[in-house]
Amino acid sequence: MVEVYKPQSLKEALELLEFNDCTVFAGGTDLMVKKKQWTGLEPCFDKPVVLISEIDELTEIKRDENYLYIGAACTFSQLIESSLIPEFYKCVFVEMASPSIRNMATIGGNICNSSPAGDCLPLLYALDANLLIQSSCRNFEVPIEDFIIGPGRNILKSGELVTKVKILNSNFNIIKYRKVGARKSTVLSKLSFIGLADMEDKRLHDIRLAFGAVAPTVVRNREIEAEILNMYSMGLVDVQEITGYYSILIRPIDDQRSTAKYRKSSCKRLLEDFIKSLL
Amino acid sequence: MIKNIKLQLNHQEIELYVHPLKRLLDVLREDCGLLGSKEGCGEGECGACSVFVDGELVNSCLFPVGKAENKQVLTIEGFRDTVRYDVLRESFEEAGAVQCGFCSPGMMMAAEGLLRRHPHPAEQQIREGISGNLCRCTGYNMIIDAVMLASKRGDGLW
Repeated sequence: MVEVYKPQSLKEALELLEFNDCTVFAGGTDLMVKKKQWTGLEPCFDKPVVLISEIDELTEIKRDENYLYIGAACTFSQLIESSLIPEFYKCVFVEMASPSIRNMATIGGNICNSSPAGDCLPLLYALDANLLIQSSCRNFEVPIEDFIIGPGRNILKSGELVTKVKILNSNFNIIKYRKVGARKSTVLSKLSFIGLADMEDKRLHDIRLAFGAVAPTVVRNREIEAEILNMYSMGLVDVQEITGYYSILIRPIDDQRSTAKYRKSSCKRLLEDFIKSLL
Repeated sequence: MIKNIKLQLNHQEIELYVHPLKRLLDVLREDCGLLGSKEGCGEGECGACSVFVDGELVNSCLFPVGKAENKQVLTIEGFRDTVRYDVLRESFEEAGAVQCGFCSPGMMMAAEGLLRRHPHPAEQQIREGISGNLCRCTGYNMIIDAVMLASKRGDGLW
């Protein structure tokens, strides 16, 4: 049976991770299912476990004039209740899982799990979120799209910990989020879509579009977004052309939750609906 | 790695001698003999194992006991000694919200969690509040009626 550590500070956690190959355990809502055994038996972890959910530095939410900083071990309930978190983020968080899971599950866990269907990921991609990563010898910052490299895969190395999510304060006034699943709660999404727009007097200043669960990683493309802004500024918005661009990037699979065909056609309709709502 | 873990269980200080990764659900049922929390799915989907840890509703099947160290754990057995429990129990009985009864402890814990935050919930809030709990008998409507009834009858308790 493996060792279990409960460091009291970030420094202590990083020192532990430096010399031991460990499983980092935050909320545990994915890990406890993955490592589950028969009733009464301990879950079968193969490496020492480091419990990080109570480290103060990892559970803080802070905001300055430019950025919002979310500690990686903040639970989704904590984010929903925080006055520092913009309301439209909360539209995404309240659709995740169930109240009791949201009391445990953490934003850092959802990111490091790196599932294509991770519920907070399309929002974070659309917001250009950066992750702050620390080890005992260095700190660095990486955009979320460079962090996640495939289904369940990311660049985090042994000894490193995602400590914060850093998001530039933004000014979106049109928000559409849709999680498509078999039911409303405790469900993994078939697909998800988020559209953010900053629009003023019929002028579109910024647009962000992201799709979840329809490719190995979240789909977001800045060139297409720039082209859409360009189309708006010239008054020549071609919805067909826009959906055509995205249909190349949206490459879903058939699995037990849904089919590639359904996923792709639903994305197309959600996208069309969002673009038309801006006209 | 078996170790001593101290926590407060239903208002009593206890010390356990278990592996810290053992599920809180198993510790409650096997080591403490508290059989009110049920195992339905063991994956956080059904809510039958719901308990409070430091006032937060959690699925005890996903909660290693090591994470509960030095915290306050409240199970349905501890909650049973409160007036709020009595109000919820009567309301569940009267509304027909208990059939086979397997989901009832978890459902009542979820209802308690909801009423602590929203003493006078609207129907939609009740649906969201119990959205992590499965019931295969009632079709949920009677449970929603029960929570509504409890919030009226227990006005001022939450």
